[in-house]
Amino acid sequence: MKKIKYYPGCTIKTTAQHFEVSAIAVLEKLGIELDELKRWTCCGTVYSLTSDDIMHQLAPVRNLLRVKEEGGSEVVTLCSMCYNTLKRANLLVQKDIEKKDKIKDFMYKELVKYDGDVNVIHLLELLKKIGFDKIKKQIKLSLSGLKVAAYYGCMLLRPEEAAIDDIEEPKIFEDVINLTGAETVEFPYKNECCGSYQTLRRPDIVIERTRTIINSARASGADIIVLSCPLCSFNLEAKQKDVVEKYFGFKGMPVIYFSQLLALAFGLDEDKTRFDLNVISPVEILGKRGLLIRNNV
Amino acid sequence: MEKININEIRGKEQAKIATLSLENQYSCYQCGKCSAGCPSAPFMELLPNQVLRLLQLGKVERILETNTAFACCSCFVCSSRCPKGIDVAAIMESLRQITLRGKNDDFELKNISSDILEESPPILLVGTFRKLTS
Repeated sequence: MKKIKYYPGCTIKTTAQHFEVSAIAVLEKLGIELDELKRWTCCGTVYSLTSDDIMHQLAPVRNLLRVKEEGGSEVVTLCSMCYNTLKRANLLVQKDIEKKDKIKDFMYKELVKYDGDVNVIHLLELLKKIGFDKIKKQIKLSLSGLKVAAYYGCMLLRPEEAAIDDIEEPKIFEDVINLTGAETVEFPYKNECCGSYQTLRRPDIVIERTRTIINSARASGADIIVLSCPLCSFNLEAKQKDVVEKYFGFKGMPVIYFSQLLALAFGLDEDKTRFDLNVISPVEILGKRGLLIRNNV
Repeated sequence: MEKININEIRGKEQAKIATLSLENQYSCYQCGKCSAGCPSAPFMELLPNQVLRLLQLGKVERILETNTAFACCSCFVCSSRCPKGIDVAAIMESLRQITLRGKNDDFELKNISSDILEESPPILLVGTFRKLTS
């Protein structure tokens, strides 16, 4: 089985375990083993935007250095925020020689020197690289009848230097979901922010964003939202209860990771789809669409 | 007609914003695309394009009096759509940094209930601290 270096990040190991379990299982079916880094730390979550803040570039760069140290030249992430932070820190090292030297100087005790020579990719890019034909061959349960809103969020698309697809009209997510037989709906909020880190300080912003995004997905005919970012997942899934509290009559919608959808279509069991870890269970809608013929309950 | 002398209206903090963001505030021509796309605009006391205009006029204090930079979600719609290539999100971060570096945090952990903290993903906590505290 082909191995690829894998950077999980903190949230994958805590509130997004269903993302990881399903992704590992899906990739295994495709002949790829996620080789988790032996040493990794938090990437810092958000990419530092001020020119003098070099200190916060150390965490992502050091994680990339670990990839090189373990003999890797490419690293894959699942979490969109980790992807964005690692990707941009890497570009900084590649493009800004002065800052690169400063960063290296901070890490002078590291045995390996890092020059931006590890390629950072997201799981969706890895799936594209594996080949859609190969994925299609693994589909054991066609998800036809299920209408899916593919929610990109921000971090897979912006800014342009980190975009995994066209920045305004992306289609990689729909392409992957359509392989399962599910139908993706076109919905205008697919790449608009969920409110991100404002959840704690300004929950009112997130309530409005979540309401707008889910109502839009519903109006476009979607049964379910599929996404890739654990923070989007928290805002769009866990925070629906706050939207209900504020807006009487608001109707929620299940939100799952795309790897869970693939695991379902690959015919994998409940210990791989892990729908039990979703705050809003997708089981009812999947049952209604006749998609739980195996043990995916 | 009264002439505006750019050297007279330029201030120390405005120069700091330029240093921190590495952006040319003067290239903004007020098309408004940043504000049109901004998901936080309804929650901001100033629109992003107004922030740029006030910066050009050296009125940094006027911006810092408002909640604008702290209502930003760093979604980068403004930066990616700006026809002049201004990284507006970096300017917002620079404005936040000016406030935060004066030891004025916008967020206190003790205001958050333990229930909410327990369900919060680590990326949310780290992101909040990184963006809203010094």
